[in-house]
Amino acid sequence: MNNKLYDRLIFELSSPGRVGYHLPKNQFPHHELRKDVSRTKAPALPECDEMTVVRHYTNHSGNNFGVDNGLYPLGSCTMKYNPKINEEAANHPAFVNLHPLQPASTVAGAQALADELKKMLCEITGMGAVTLKPCAGAHGELTGLMIIRGYHESRGDFKRTKVLVPDSAHGTNPASAAVCGLDVVEVKSKEDGTVDVDDLATKLDDTVAAMMMTNPNTLGIFEHNITKIVEMVHKCGGLMYYDGANLNPLLGVCRPGDMGFDVIHLNLHKTFSTPHGGGGPGSGPVGCRKELESFFPTVNPYQGNFLVEMRAWAYILSLGYEYIKKVGPTATLNASYIKAKLQDVYELPIKGLSKHEFVFNGLTDKSTGVTTMDVAKRLLDYGYHAPTIYFPLLFHESMMIEPTESESLESIDGFVAVLRKIAEEAKTDPELVKTAPHNAPISRVDDVLAAKNPVLTYPENP
Amino acid sequence: MHPFFPQTSDDIKHMLDVIGIESVDDLYKDVPDNVRLKKDYDLPSSQSEIEIRRKLAEFGKLNKQLVCFAGAGAYDHYTPAVIPQIVERSEFLTSYTPYQAEISQGTLHYIFEYQTMMARLTGMDISNANMYDGSTATAEAALMAVASTKKTNKVILSDGIDPKVKEVVKTYAHFHGLELLSLPTVNGATDFSALDETLAQGGVAGLIVQQPNRYGIVEDYTGVADRCHAAKALLIINSVAADLSMLKTPGEWGADIAVGEGQSLGIPLSWGGPYIGYMCTTEKHMRKMPGRIVGQTVDQDGKRAFVLTLQAREQHIRRQRATSNICSNQGLMALWVTIYMSLMGPQGLKEATQMGCDGAHYLHDQLIATGHFCDAFPGQEFLNEFCVKYDGDLAALQEKWVENGFMGGVAISDDTVMFAVTEQRTKEEIDQLVALIS
Amino acid sequence: MTYFSESHEYVRVEGEFGYVGISDYAQKQLGNIVYVDMPDVDDDVEVGEVFGAVESVKAASDLLSPVSGTVVEVNESLEDSPELINQDANENWIIKVKLSDPSELESLMDEDTYNSKNQ
Repeated sequence: MNNKLYDRLIFELSSPGRVGYHLPKNQFPHHELRKDVSRTKAPALPECDEMTVVRHYTNHSGNNFGVDNGLYPLGSCTMKYNPKINEEAANHPAFVNLHPLQPASTVAGAQALADELKKMLCEITGMGAVTLKPCAGAHGELTGLMIIRGYHESRGDFKRTKVLVPDSAHGTNPASAAVCGLDVVEVKSKEDGTVDVDDLATKLDDTVAAMMMTNPNTLGIFEHNITKIVEMVHKCGGLMYYDGANLNPLLGVCRPGDMGFDVIHLNLHKTFSTPHGGGGPGSGPVGCRKELESFFPTVNPYQGNFLVEMRAWAYILSLGYEYIKKVGPTATLNASYIKAKLQDVYELPIKGLSKHEFVFNGLTDKSTGVTTMDVAKRLLDYGYHAPTIYFPLLFHESMMIEPTESESLESIDGFVAVLRKIAEEAKTDPELVKTAPHNAPISRVDDVLAAKNPVLTYPENP
Repeated sequence: MHPFFPQTSDDIKHMLDVIGIESVDDLYKDVPDNVRLKKDYDLPSSQSEIEIRRKLAEFGKLNKQLVCFAGAGAYDHYTPAVIPQIVERSEFLTSYTPYQAEISQGTLHYIFEYQTMMARLTGMDISNANMYDGSTATAEAALMAVASTKKTNKVILSDGIDPKVKEVVKTYAHFHGLELLSLPTVNGATDFSALDETLAQGGVAGLIVQQPNRYGIVEDYTGVADRCHAAKALLIINSVAADLSMLKTPGEWGADIAVGEGQSLGIPLSWGGPYIGYMCTTEKHMRKMPGRIVGQTVDQDGKRAFVLTLQAREQHIRRQRATSNICSNQGLMALWVTIYMSLMGPQGLKEATQMGCDGAHYLHDQLIATGHFCDAFPGQEFLNEFCVKYDGDLAALQEKWVENGFMGGVAISDDTVMFAVTEQRTKEEIDQLVALIS
Repeated sequence: MTYFSESHEYVRVEGEFGYVGISDYAQKQLGNIVYVDMPDVDDDVEVGEVFGAVESVKAASDLLSPVSGTVVEVNESLEDSPELINQDANENWIIKVKLSDPSELESLMDEDTYNSKNQ
């Protein structure tokens, strides 16, 4: 990664008259579009030669940090290795040029691949049916809740408008429920970080449409009362929704379907190794019990992000049944090892077993004034991405660490050593940590200025 | 051992010792026995790259590559060779949402460029970092209109909107509790004569139209924005992004929100995805816009830098009070179309669209000249897509085209077919397609 | 006389009008305020209902009206300078409301009670 910012914008490299394209000669008679429906002025897009464009974006890539650059312990994001064979699959010429409305007989290969993936995902999750349409995890959540509402409505039960969500849940859970027209009721966590079953009991009645759960939860803790919770929610007529964000540690250990969940979504870009791409494209397949299949809503006109699905297919084949079952235990082993190595210098608010991720509440020694934000920024100096910070909201200085199964012992030891070194620096030279990063393309940004005085486009006449 | 698992048995032993446990299974002691998986997954066995390639080739052979004259929302445009090479760069491909701005300036810069280009293309003030696709962008625009206007829960949809997009909007509307009203089409184009009456029902947040519409017709929106605004409703225009290189822009028509599918900006057909939805709006509605937004700021040394901003709108802060649950975007696809627009520039974008337009008119005239086709909507202006009626067995003709390697349009009824032409189609291909009509 | 609500809004009553803003405690909790979403003049507000929002970089808080009435003025200076609330939350009210039911004030807290609750 660059330690000096490449700071140009493509508009600053533009020079009138330059072109970066070469089209064949137009063989057809000219049709002049009617003036009253034509734009009056060409859009002010850049005018650049090809190499200028290539250099510009190549240099920009150097301002970025990806999994291929180094350890990326972002909790709940499962930044595992993105195998290159996935990319080769997704770029296969026999698939990339298929029109989505081509007759079925001409896309039999693509369909067979999609069907095979659906079958694999059903097996891994213990579900009866899967749709690949949702384009991201949040899209999947919304789709799943629509299935649940559709199911209740089909029985003429319109009073079920409540969704129970634990207070440790990802922000998307309540937001998806709201977009789906459902009311969110928060369920409290106990001190050990798991759902408070007594609190849950007070919130169960015949207006509950569903309960959404992430298991292991965002603290990385397995909800050991899961069987009881499922039973309670089912008893009052609600369905159980599984947020697949944290499925990774359960590969090889247990399946959402066997825990009693009715509807789930997966994040292919987490558990199934498709690249995050700076925020997408992801893929959020939704699975459900067979009898709920008829409630799949139309949330995408085609088969979702098909090329992303191809990557997940290649990944599952690469691992096969022999290695998929090693994913969960290995991810948990890696995380538990980091936790064991650091819990003397970072505050571990919840002791006991955790899975693929765990949460520290900042440094143990709070007297230095060095915050979680400072530690995160200092990590960047040492060539590591930061953990997820200030989430979950249960603690003030949350630092959520998820190494994934991809990292070797040496890589993890390196990360541990750096976090220990930063803890030491916090004592000996707190200013150094508080003003980090020092070695990244830029120093900390003024996000108050950005929000107060939004500049969202480059001016046409700077 | 497997290439994705670096842990040797010695490594594992060492880690278990540090943790102070006997076996990895001890880490799962809290998982009740009754939910434990006690068998192997019923999945294929682990495949090598050689075997995966073989399997891909086998599946690939079952697909038929067709010369594409189909559109209906997805178009066979040219992809410059530069794009996949850059987009596959690890630093872009394997990074996450740019939360840590200091090591994500690459992503943040291109999103800022993307936002600027889309705003200029649509003639709007601002753009978000993008949406999943054109259909969800349209559904989100309907929700946004309701959130931006007071005491409304109705949205008017023109019958000129692609039924596939409409279906997705309907799904969102049903569950969110929006009432959808409609405006009919006459001779294929939206008929606005009942607009004032429909708006007068009250509680209408916005009107959504599509340009060019579901039949490829370029519609006339003169006065429509004013009529909407007089009723305090928003005008939302859905367009195929590349077509805006020639068409009067949503901004010029007075739209409040511009949305649509951006696949036409050099993204391969990909059997339906990943594509990219775009959403642009006016400054007035900026804070109700869903999705990620990147803004310019400075770092502590005063250097220009970019950062995710206006986050108070978003789900991770608002939770159930958010008006949208979107928390990612089609990230890399924004890079894709940004590089596309950088290479094509204003001139290339227009040249490509004009070629498709000219090719479509040539195909149209050749079809009419066979004597077997007539205009489905006579006299309507179109760009690169149009509908014609066939006097024979359309299904049989389309099948014949497929046998000969062509995708001859998309049937929109038993006798009406819609063709699309892009800069990738040659005169020879069109002549061959037409020659197969008997 | 100034009254406070459980949700940290205050209303300073002057005759038939009330100046509604957020408490000093609330502005401290939010941090740097970057935007204030305000209603329009002539809009009706109802006690306990949302009439706007205050946003900082990493938080957003709905504004719940402590009183019912009609908005007669909004504090336009907050449009360009939302940070004024951080500088002096009491001085920089958000909306001025013509009270429709002064008896509602009885269910609010006085300044001492509010301050002793939020220290």
